[in-house]
Amino acid sequence: MARKIRVLVAKPGLDGHDRGARVIARGLRDAGMEVVYTGLHQTPEQVVEAAIQEDVDVVGLSILSGAHMTLFPKICELLRENDSEDIKVIGGGTMPEEDVKELVEKGWAAQIFTPGATLEQIAKWIYDNV
Amino acid sequence: MIDIDKLLAGDRRMAARAISMIEDEDEDRQKLLSELFPHTGNVLTIGITGSPGAGKSSLTDALTRQARQQDLKVGIIAVDPTSPISGGALLGDRIRMQEHALDRGVFIRSMGTRGCLGGLARATKDAVKVLDAFGCNIIFIETVGVGQSELDIMHYADTTLVVLTPGAGDHVQTIKAGIMEIANIFVINKADLGNTGKMITDIEQMLDMSSHHNGWRPPIIKTVTTEEKGLPELWNMILTHKEYNETSGAQKENERKRVQQEVQELLEEKIQNQLKLKLSSNGNMWKLVESIVERNMDPYAAANKLLKEFLSI
Ligand SMILES: Nc1nc2c(ncn2[C@@H]2O[C@H](COP(=O)(O)OP(=O)(O)O)[C@@H](O)[C@H]2O)c(=O)[nH]1
Ligand SMILES: [Mg+2]
Repeated sequence: MARKIRVLVAKPGLDGHDRGARVIARGLRDAGMEVVYTGLHQTPEQVVEAAIQEDVDVVGLSILSGAHMTLFPKICELLRENDSEDIKVIGGGTMPEEDVKELVEKGWAAQIFTPGATLEQIAKWIYDNV
Repeated sequence: MIDIDKLLAGDRRMAARAISMIEDEDEDRQKLLSELFPHTGNVLTIGITGSPGAGKSSLTDALTRQARQQDLKVGIIAVDPTSPISGGALLGDRIRMQEHALDRGVFIRSMGTRGCLGGLARATKDAVKVLDAFGCNIIFIETVGVGQSELDIMHYADTTLVVLTPGAGDHVQTIKAGIMEIANIFVINKADLGNTGKMITDIEQMLDMSSHHNGWRPPIIKTVTTEEKGLPELWNMILTHKEYNETSGAQKENERKRVQQEVQELLEEKIQNQLKLKLSSNGNMWKLVESIVERNMDPYAAANKLLKEFLSI
């Protein structure tokens, strides 16, 4: 049987709802992936631990709280500490353009999808990069 | 690649990768399982089944808390259905298990049912072996109680909990017979939401009419996971069942049955694969099909002829 792509969709940070994350999770499932969904208010430590146990290829972070410039580096650092930097971290949410650039340039995110991105684009990126 | 020594020493990354190899039916998984096998046989497996939303994940979470209080290392395998259309799956059982997310004594793995018949049961049993070798003392296996694969998995567990809820349409008479029969313990969860009396009477009546294997009559425990009610009772009942299994000899008997079943399944799978290979690689089948279409031979005679050829290889 073919290898199945596994993705962890996480909603770190303190803001209240996870509608966006759920839409992404369902969309990736409909694109044929196994999506582990962990719910609201995840700490970076929880995200990384789940990513390791679930042996995912990709971690998708939905961030609306504005804390992206601390969350992405923290998660990357924890992945590295756990010998798991092969797991790709992608993100979505509203972020200033210069932040997106910095996150990608510094290698803290493999790709950032801004609110205009379609599910097809996200799924395609994952299929192309895993 | 999997570093077996690291896995045996409790490396989470290795255990996680080993389970992926099994799920992906990687060719090297047999070798891996052979190497792990001598280090297995030390784990208590608890199956938890019931309708979607009955509270299986919440119960798993609560029972994990009980097990951790006794310093047991816990493994959790949570199975959710794979969409037959897309082949994808949404695995959301972790949402209810966040309390243990950072506890190094708890390893949680979500699995999709994926495609092939029997494949899920096979993968789950092998994932149990990985977590056993990894050092878990107790493994909870959560499945939605519907298909044959799920029933097979529950047969594999030492203790099976069937989770029901009052009111919500879980009427004892309409629940699939197979599911009621695999229960070692009945759990009526969400006891806060309705009258449990009728449900208990119905289960008791059903139990009165059935014969109890090894003399264990499945007890009924009421729980409210959201209020932490009934959980020490449920945990103690699991331990009572374990003790009963050990002292009555059921443990050994079950293990022999399981192993026999497992070997037989593997053998059947191997024969089937060989057979497919053989049939696709020689043209005999097509000649026979022609003869059958022409009414020169019947399907039974053709199958017998092919079987003879196959067995004489
Ligand atoms: N009222 C009530 N709700 C519960 C109880 N146990 C679980 N729930 C809720 O039932 C829903 C489904 O629970 P979950 O554990 O995910 O069920 P599963 O699908 O069987 O794994 C969740 O919203 C839980 O909070 C209970 O004892 N009482
Ligand atoms: Mg569940």
